[in-house]
Amino acid sequence: MFCHLDAPANAISVCRDATQVVVAGRNIFKIYGLEEEGFVERLNLRVGRKPSLNFSCADVMWHQMEENLLATAATNGAVVTWNLARPCRNKQEQLFTEHKRTVNKVCFHPTEVNMLLSGSQDGFMKCFDLRKKESVSTFSGQSESVRDVQFSIKDYFTFAASFENGNVQLWDIRRPDRYERMFTAHTGPVFCCDWHPEDRGWLATGGRDKMVKVWDMSTNRVKEIYCVQTIASVARVKWRPERRYHLATCSMMVDHNIYVWDVRRPFIPFATFEEHKDVTTGIVWRNQHDPYYLLSGSKDSTLYQHMFKDASRPVDRANPEGLCFGLFGDLAFAAKESLMTAPQSVGDVGRKTYPGGDRRYPIFFFKKPDVTEQFAQVSSALSVFESEAGSGVGMDWFINTAQSYLLSGKPFAELCEHNAQVAKRLNRPQESTTWTMLRIMFSEPANPSLSTNHNLNKSGNLPLVNSFSMKEMSAALNERNKENRQDNLHSLETNLNNNDENEETEGSEGQAEYLFGDAELDDDDLYSMEHDNQAAEEPEYLLPQEAFPLRHEIMDHPSAPEPVQEKPESPHVSGSETESTCLTPMESFSLISVSQLLFSPHLPPKFFCPIVKEMLCYYAEQGDVQMAVSVLIVLGDRIRKEIDELTQEHWYMSYIDLLQRFELWNVSNEVIKLSTCGAIMCLNQASTTLHINCSNCKRPMSNKGWICDRCHQCASVCAVCHHVVKGLFVWCQGCSHGGHLEHVMEWLKQSKHCPAGCGHLCEYT
Amino acid sequence: MIICTKNMDYRLGTQCQFVQNQVMVNSEKDRASLLCMKALANRGRLDSVSQQMASHPQYLESFLRTQHYILYMDGPLPLHYRHYIAIMAAARHHCRYLVSLHSAQFLRVGGDPLWLQGLEAAPLRLRHLDHINKVLAHQPWLTARSHIQALLKTGEQCWSLAELVQAVVLLAHCHSLCSFVFGSGSDSDTIPTPRVHHGTPPGYCLCDAANGNTALSPPPAGPTEKAPRRRSLDSSCEVACLREQIQKSQEEIKERKADRLHSQTLLHADVEEEDEATFSADPSRFVTDPEFGYQEFARREEDHFQVFRVQDYSWEDHGFSLVNRLYSDIGHLLDERFRNVASLPFPHSPDLKRAIWNYIHCIYGIRYDDYDYGEVNRLLERGLKLYIKAVACYPDASKTPLCPLSWAPVKASEKVHVNLLVMEARLQAELLYALRAITQYMIA
Repeated sequence: MFCHLDAPANAISVCRDATQVVVAGRNIFKIYGLEEEGFVERLNLRVGRKPSLNFSCADVMWHQMEENLLATAATNGAVVTWNLARPCRNKQEQLFTEHKRTVNKVCFHPTEVNMLLSGSQDGFMKCFDLRKKESVSTFSGQSESVRDVQFSIKDYFTFAASFENGNVQLWDIRRPDRYERMFTAHTGPVFCCDWHPEDRGWLATGGRDKMVKVWDMSTNRVKEIYCVQTIASVARVKWRPERRYHLATCSMMVDHNIYVWDVRRPFIPFATFEEHKDVTTGIVWRNQHDPYYLLSGSKDSTLYQHMFKDASRPVDRANPEGLCFGLFGDLAFAAKESLMTAPQSVGDVGRKTYPGGDRRYPIFFFKKPDVTEQFAQVSSALSVFESEAGSGVGMDWFINTAQSYLLSGKPFAELCEHNAQVAKRLNRPQESTTWTMLRIMFSEPANPSLSTNHNLNKSGNLPLVNSFSMKEMSAALNERNKENRQDNLHSLETNLNNNDENEETEGSEGQAEYLFGDAELDDDDLYSMEHDNQAAEEPEYLLPQEAFPLRHEIMDHPSAPEPVQEKPESPHVSGSETESTCLTPMESFSLISVSQLLFSPHLPPKFFCPIVKEMLCYYAEQGDVQMAVSVLIVLGDRIRKEIDELTQEHWYMSYIDLLQRFELWNVSNEVIKLSTCGAIMCLNQASTTLHINCSNCKRPMSNKGWICDRCHQCASVCAVCHHVVKGLFVWCQGCSHGGHLEHVMEWLKQSKHCPAGCGHLCEYT
Repeated sequence: MIICTKNMDYRLGTQCQFVQNQVMVNSEKDRASLLCMKALANRGRLDSVSQQMASHPQYLESFLRTQHYILYMDGPLPLHYRHYIAIMAAARHHCRYLVSLHSAQFLRVGGDPLWLQGLEAAPLRLRHLDHINKVLAHQPWLTARSHIQALLKTGEQCWSLAELVQAVVLLAHCHSLCSFVFGSGSDSDTIPTPRVHHGTPPGYCLCDAANGNTALSPPPAGPTEKAPRRRSLDSSCEVACLREQIQKSQEEIKERKADRLHSQTLLHADVEEEDEATFSADPSRFVTDPEFGYQEFARREEDHFQVFRVQDYSWEDHGFSLVNRLYSDIGHLLDERFRNVASLPFPHSPDLKRAIWNYIHCIYGIRYDDYDYGEVNRLLERGLKLYIKAVACYPDASKTPLCPLSWAPVKASEKVHVNLLVMEARLQAELLYALRAITQYMIA
């Protein structure tokens, strides 16, 4: 249940019997009754036409013994007590204006009726006896502002104070001259502290450093026993009644939720209340013996009562899963047992499962469920996937490929050619073919002819064949046109597409073969049939779409080159060496080669981009990011714009990561250098720190800059101009003097001697 | 190429050593001079701002660290953006000194010289920043959630929250630095602006030439030729004269006069090259709505603009957490600066210090519940009040000040101290307003 307040609240407090709550803020000071159906406003303590700053409260506390007594800390430095039993409208009883700065906290003694403690921004804590007009004792923290003061619940004389500089002090109320104990609890201000209601020595502190720490004060040395890392600075901390390990926190900034933590489980909050729309400024458990009701006030001008059963439990939403690689390539995977009960699929080779909590295996650290611990018990099952010895193919191919691929430094066509051969040598025909195809697709218009020449030269051992094909060219074309009904429907380009697709599908050559009725097509009959049917059904089919299913099918048969060698109808007109070895039935061969030669030059390389893009994605998804990146680099501008930056970056990162794992530093560096993504290129700039020693005192230069900390001299000064050298420093190996490259060069043109005047005859080569 | 200098047994410039011995007087001065020397060696020049601050070495250290962090270290904004934002901020107060300083650095980090022609030549994203720049500089209490919202509204030219926070920190830093520059009179000490010769590649810098780490063609006039007139280049031998200067500034005022004289001759010398030097020297090209300036935070409008209550939004509790979350580590650096300035030894009572600080915040509409503003009138003499107000609100040398600066401190270091207080209080005020607006944006 909740109610709207008129103004943001700074603090709230409940009376002992948990029937009323007081809300205080800059512009609000009201008492609400806690009824079954909701909050009911009982009393407005903010009276007067123009209330003074004494009403602007930073903190409020309801006396736990005397139900009519309240105290507030005003932002102007006043400490005010209020007596609800006063008959008039103004309930103000006493006003202490001894603090010079804002009072951050007031605290009544838990058992002593008339004792009140305050802590202020001015660094002082004051103890008031309500029967007297002024403070009875003043405690000086000797450090910065006091953020919180809390009387110990069990020790009558002790109180704790937390400070803006990170310290926590323990005081004896009888000894105002000196603190009993002091320790540094946090970096930055400690905003709050709270004594454990049962455990005598436990103090919880929360600070701007986003930590909640639990300290054990009962020992000689103050010991940090628990630490919870939250996501924002901690404004309040309150132990939960009746639950030894639970505490509630709310934050000062940014985060509006209230968390209840089990300090033994510091990673996920035990429960969360998410109602507030602005920062929560005050939290209080409704009753000292009831752990189920929490009240909270907030800057969003609302007052809430939270029921514990309504809290959201982040644990329920968390996934208790883990994944880890072993030294020898084993993979361990732990997940909720319920998720792991699914029957093992066929692919799970070498999988060993360890059911949750199975103690036969010594690797298990099995935590005994604690009855008092109200935490959701999750039991996970662990599976270990062991890599099979022997079947572990290893990654030799990867290393070899990475080392032998050429990515730059030669014309495009040669790079492709080279890489195709590398792939072929490593028995990776698919990649090899891809490279070849890329060369065909993206070579400049001039290149095909060049490669044809090349081809001619290569197949020079078959001069007859070639000349024959040349002669047959036009005839074959005509013939084709006549015979092929389809072609009439197709524009020139689609015609080309066919060709192109044939290239793509690498040897299937469906159309042509089918039409020419080659008998040797047994292997590929299926393809050609499909092909033709499809073509007939949709005469203006778009090739890229169709090419893919086919491609993929072929990809599944890594033995693709074998058909190439067996089959005479190699499509590699301008292609690899396979061609020179094959004996080609003249018709088919000439046809293909003709069309390639005739039309290829007209086809803009851009045309292939979608296909190539898909191809790259395919490789990347198959896990062969090496291929994707290599192609990307070799193609360079031809393809770069087609693929979005993030994907490219992702590929590069994966590849570089792999390369580095295999310690292929040179290759990875080359890849980084050749990449075009800004994010990748700057990898080369990272960790380029060189540690240098001072040239004077020969001790390491500890900090940045050009001046040695120890001898206060400029290090690395140019011997010629006596300026600090920032950049290239050249020095003589004989006398170890040197300086700016340019200066030394100039100097040594004119003089043979060392510019430092040491008399050494330096040489510059 | 190896940069290691392990085995080099250098006999340093004798001058340097000479000064060395001279300066090792006491640890305080030593610390200051070491800092200055580091700054000099790092940046090739020691700006007069650092020289002034050298009278408070522990503060100078944290100041330089912050400045270095926001201008050069990790952060969401690219380097040239940072300098351009600094230019924009300094131009609001017509601070030629900072504008030309950052123009030079803007070019050095590879910024487009075209942008320096004026705000309209800059990308739209930076121009969007102009409004919040204007408001923060003169009437920070106008900063509202809507400004933040407008900048963060998704679109092609939008800012990310992290970028915006860095930009805001940068703006506040430069605005308040303008106050310091104005207060300490360093503005007259105009450094020569980067000369953009035709044919000289942008980004070319004389310092680089001195370093010998440039592969570019030599400048039309060799650096040595200009050296006598220019302030120090990147040289260790000139450390000597600078050290002297530091000492001078640490000593008393009579030197200041000479210094001013010196700078006047500098100015005079620069006049000859004016047509060259005017490039980017005129800050007004980076300013829109030049009429917009400081107005009294009027009491009568109080219901309109709520007084900012520190008790509701303070640096320690709120500002720090937010800024540190969105721009990591800056909170600690700024915190250190505020702490350092608060702990500077002050010859007078700490009350006076608090009065100055609160008075500046009061000028900007920030009030402390726990402070009796009658104290301000009791502790601050009229001359000092006017001085503070002029430095904080009208740090614009191009306009005639509203009143003559009649406050004459006994000691130079005292003036520097007051200037530091003004700068830091103003920085905090602007940050508080900007961060509160961001908080409101995040809550909504």
